[in-house]
Amino acid sequence: MATMNDALANAHGNRRKFGRDLAGLFVILGLAVVGYLLFPNNLALLTRMTAIALLVLSLDLVTGYCGVATLGHAALFGTGAYASGIAAVHFGITDPLLMLVCGIFGGVVAGLLCGVVILRAHGLPQLVLSIALIHLFHEFANKASSWTGGSDGLAGIAPDPLLGLFAFDLWGRTAYVFGVILLAVVFALLRLVVRSPFGMLCRGIKEDPIRIRAMGASPKATLVKMYMISGAVAGAGGALNAISTQVVGLDSLSFTLSAESLVMLVLGGTGSLFGALTGTIVFMFFEDIVSAANPFHWLTMVGGLLIAVVLFAPKGLYGTIAGAVTRWREARR
Amino acid sequence: MSAIFEVRNLKRSFGGLAVTNDVSLAMAPGDRVALIGPNGAGKTTFVNLVTGNLTPDSGEVRIDGEDITRLDAIGRVRRGLVRSFQVTRLFQDMTPAEHVALAVLQRDGRAGRLFGNYLAMPQVMAEVGDLIGKLGLRDLMHRRVREIAYGQQRLLEIAVALALKPRVLLLDEPAAGVPQSDTGRIEQALADLPPDLAVLMIEHDMDLVFRFAKRVIVLAAGTIIFDGSPSDVTKDPRVREAYLGSYANASHVA
Ligand SMILES: Nc1ncnc2c1ncn2[C@@H]1O[C@H](COP(=O)(O)OP(=O)(O)OP(=O)(O)O)[C@@H](O)[C@H]1O
Ligand SMILES: [Mg+2]
Repeated sequence: MATMNDALANAHGNRRKFGRDLAGLFVILGLAVVGYLLFPNNLALLTRMTAIALLVLSLDLVTGYCGVATLGHAALFGTGAYASGIAAVHFGITDPLLMLVCGIFGGVVAGLLCGVVILRAHGLPQLVLSIALIHLFHEFANKASSWTGGSDGLAGIAPDPLLGLFAFDLWGRTAYVFGVILLAVVFALLRLVVRSPFGMLCRGIKEDPIRIRAMGASPKATLVKMYMISGAVAGAGGALNAISTQVVGLDSLSFTLSAESLVMLVLGGTGSLFGALTGTIVFMFFEDIVSAANPFHWLTMVGGLLIAVVLFAPKGLYGTIAGAVTRWREARR
Repeated sequence: MSAIFEVRNLKRSFGGLAVTNDVSLAMAPGDRVALIGPNGAGKTTFVNLVTGNLTPDSGEVRIDGEDITRLDAIGRVRRGLVRSFQVTRLFQDMTPAEHVALAVLQRDGRAGRLFGNYLAMPQVMAEVGDLIGKLGLRDLMHRRVREIAYGQQRLLEIAVALALKPRVLLLDEPAAGVPQSDTGRIEQALADLPPDLAVLMIEHDMDLVFRFAKRVIVLAAGTIIFDGSPSDVTKDPRVREAYLGSYANASHVA
């Protein structure tokens, strides 16, 4: 019999986690409002930030939670972007929510494909496979130019008003609100997933796949499933990018974007959804500000920031701060 | 009674050294067998071979009459062949409750669920609380494994194996590293197991072996040199020689 105390401790733990979830949602929505007030003329940047945040969250699922090494994760994002763009341009599916569904579907298919290939190897070979894959995806999109517009990009995406009510205006307000709501919903869903039995299984696999096999679970099948979930999230990000910018370029399917998303994840801290968000926001603001101030050396500065974080805060910005807060709390008790 | 677990002519060598050399044995439901032998005799290798963590050079393994030699480790667990590890394999950042819950959920085919938290699943929690309590880990159940003592990690290793509700259970030195004061918990947990479960326990602690086993198998240099009742094992000249020959380990068999 579980004692009363256990039950209480559980309920208490649950409530505290639930409180953190709510706080997380409020932080996202609060930041969104602040961003809107501070940069009313730069909503496009903020919307792109939300789309990339989805990509980094998606990368965190396979890299942070499952320990898969990949430098090709933009394949999932780009496929989502092209799927929703192609649906609009070639099939006349211009309802933004349907375009989102197409993007998610494209991401899931790309996730399945990449997962099946990448998960055949481990460590360095795995990394090499992922790089090969993103180049293949990129080249394929480049060659299939009648569908993708090739190096000119896929233009002419004209989404209908959201829910038939809110047109995608020139200032990007609708796109921004759409993006923020999408991010908040995805974030809330992922909080549930990482704490579910499936999430526990993934954390176990990251640490000791042999142990997981000795429990009768298949690491491979679990990771492929996680790749598909990750694909859905990245695909949603790609679709958001297609809907808000109304073009899809080859850069959304590039090695550069893959590498940058990994940099953002490491910057914020792997293995935590807040870390993924923090990394995206800091990196993209830094990039925006520094590249405006010093267009020639901004990459050097980003490099410097990254080295500083890796050396002095190896758990990433969020991971380090969260760790310090926990220690402080425990010291006070 | 017919055999639930059967090994025939199992062989495996590493670079010319026959670590498992033509081992055959059979167990019936309800058997309580101790597998003993000097260090390096090949006991852990035997467990690795039958559970699919290593591939044998030849021989076969059967569960309930079915040949499982070609199955991978996962398939064997799903047929009820479960092991514990000599050196604990646990997830450092997870809690004991999470370990046992994961095993219970996996056993019931629910570990792939994307939503819901085990803390809010009453039947899972009842089983978790029961097993954890039996092994004396209740006060630690929501601590991370990295924060608990090694002896208690050993107990958790056993709890995970038991949570999978095996038909054949192979325990690799369950009491090694467990403080004397806690070995009683292991014995009690073993005594509470369903009577039709077949258990093979590798153990160096002979007191534990004599209390637990109705049959003792002695492995030396990869070969079974004794298979019989506990009362006969200490009298067997080959067993004495094996222990004396390898190490001054005779005290174990005293
Ligand atoms: N993967 C391997 N490669 C080469 N040799 C191995 C391997 N695994 C085990 N051995 C050797 O096989 C022999 C038996 O090892 P094993 O771990 O099975 O012994 P054991 O009976 O479990 O001993 P202990 O009581 O110390 O746990 C040892 O000599 C060991 O060095
Ligand atoms: Mg051993």
